[in-house]
Amino acid sequence: MKIGVCVKQVPAKDAPLAIDASGAWIREADISFETNEPDSFALEEALRLKEKHGGEVVAISMGPERAKQTIKEALAKGAERGIHVVDDKFYALDPLGSARSLAAAIQKENFDLILTGLQSEDHGFGQTGVLLAELLGRPHATIIMSIELQDDHLRVKRELEAGWFQWVELPLPAVLTIQSGINKPRYATLKGIMAAKKKEITSVPRESLGVQSAPTQKVERIYVPQKTKKTEFITGSPKEIAATLVEKLQHEARVL
Amino acid sequence: MKILFISEQREGKWNKVSFEALAASQQIAAQAKASVSGLVIGQSVAGLADELAGYQLEEVLVVENALLEKYTPDGHSIALRQAIEQSKPDLVILPHTYQVRDFAPKLAASMNKGMIGDCVSYRYENGNLIFVRQMFQGRTAADVTFQGEGPWIASFQAGAFRGDTAAKNSSGKAPVKTVNVQLKPEQIRTKPLELFREAKQAVDLTQAPILVSIGRGIKAPENIPLAEKLAEALGAELSASRPICDEGWLPMERQIGSSGQTVSPKLYLALGISGAIQHVVGMKGSRCIVAINKDQNAPIFEIADYGVVGDIFEIVPALTEAVESKAG
Repeated sequence: MKIGVCVKQVPAKDAPLAIDASGAWIREADISFETNEPDSFALEEALRLKEKHGGEVVAISMGPERAKQTIKEALAKGAERGIHVVDDKFYALDPLGSARSLAAAIQKENFDLILTGLQSEDHGFGQTGVLLAELLGRPHATIIMSIELQDDHLRVKRELEAGWFQWVELPLPAVLTIQSGINKPRYATLKGIMAAKKKEITSVPRESLGVQSAPTQKVERIYVPQKTKKTEFITGSPKEIAATLVEKLQHEARVL
Repeated sequence: MKILFISEQREGKWNKVSFEALAASQQIAAQAKASVSGLVIGQSVAGLADELAGYQLEEVLVVENALLEKYTPDGHSIALRQAIEQSKPDLVILPHTYQVRDFAPKLAASMNKGMIGDCVSYRYENGNLIFVRQMFQGRTAADVTFQGEGPWIASFQAGAFRGDTAAKNSSGKAPVKTVNVQLKPEQIRTKPLELFREAKQAVDLTQAPILVSIGRGIKAPENIPLAEKLAEALGAELSASRPICDEGWLPMERQIGSSGQTVSPKLYLALGISGAIQHVVGMKGSRCIVAINKDQNAPIFEIADYGVVGDIFEIVPALTEAVESKAG
């Protein structure tokens, strides 16, 4: 089975975020980046399917030069090769523009299965997988908690809301978005890291794809959200904090 | 401007978040001087359509087909595209449910349009609609506008509006109109099977008056007893954000958030929880929220009544002791 897995590089979870001069994105200069955590579950699922059924895993990422690191990590964990769609201004694309670019870059690969994470930890649009399915003419299922390959089709477990699940069957080729927590993503081994150095990453400048996609939406500005509640911060030594908190919960909030 | 509000039902029962999206549609309409039509999709949904017609709506559109009895992304996208092309709304509003996430981007793309999903609010300024959504896991908000021609598609996050504020029609019912759609069995490529619940929920967190909830900040399963002791002292139940349950440190049934339980206890203590949207939607209705987190910029502080910026490993034991001495 030939599997494509989309992995995005996003600001590290603990990176301090400052808004850039445009007002619509963050200052990238001083912060570190990491693989979007939901995508690491998709990658792990792709690797497990390959190990069970044979085939190849291709890691696909779009972004500036630094995004190559995320592909390298996927190669170190066991993906066979990578495709890097290079675009310094990737962050400014709308979901449809991103998906069209990715679709154009991978069209010829004819993947049997494409996996993505549920959503990214930066934009959080949560649309890429579904859009790829539509643009490539594939059936899809989202928020997947289990994948079984049965002859020529898949049987997948979709998570619904409030503790409900549903099994869904769909033919290959298909696109799935993976729910976080479906598996325990592996760490790269030293051997894997060494092996990754010899693996191929194809760089495709996004503008070379000739994708014309008029933006459907625009992020005008980003900002620290206004508080809906006034938070009272309690300071002091742990002992003092504990005493004040108990006092306030008892007599101010009256919840103890 | 014409707004089309698309409701969600399963097996003849409303997804209640629908009414929040209805309230949002009506509020936007009032400001933008627009009309709102409602839409019900499925099979044998006449009863639901009649119920919806009791709300303040221009009309209620019914999209019925045997192939829509069970939800599929193909069936929903193909049918709704035809309904949208026939009714020609400028703006389509949906509740941001798991189901909407599954089909709405596809529906939008099939019309060569975009979707602004998971909005928490909107503003109407100088004749322009601005949608507000969260980015960076709630650490920033973003003002987003549609570009180009409609129909525009937007979805609102659960809890963004109050469903009980959806206005009813005081003078009768809105007309109910059937929309004919063409759908062939071979167009539906996925086969939905049975719905089921994983396990009986042994703990009903929704009934607990106090919850002590842990997040990534707890670092390792060995540290959970720390939170357990505090929960015991407070007579509270222990709950968690998703990553803790994903790791298997606590069972899934103790998860609070969009994929877990939604709670509104009188007291919610968030220990080492950053406050990602997916968690916050499950607990923001709590009467009193206490957040302890080492990151002073953690979004959990946006909704906390009392905040402590500090190390949970130092503060939680002290708090347990203080609670115990109060009781003793």
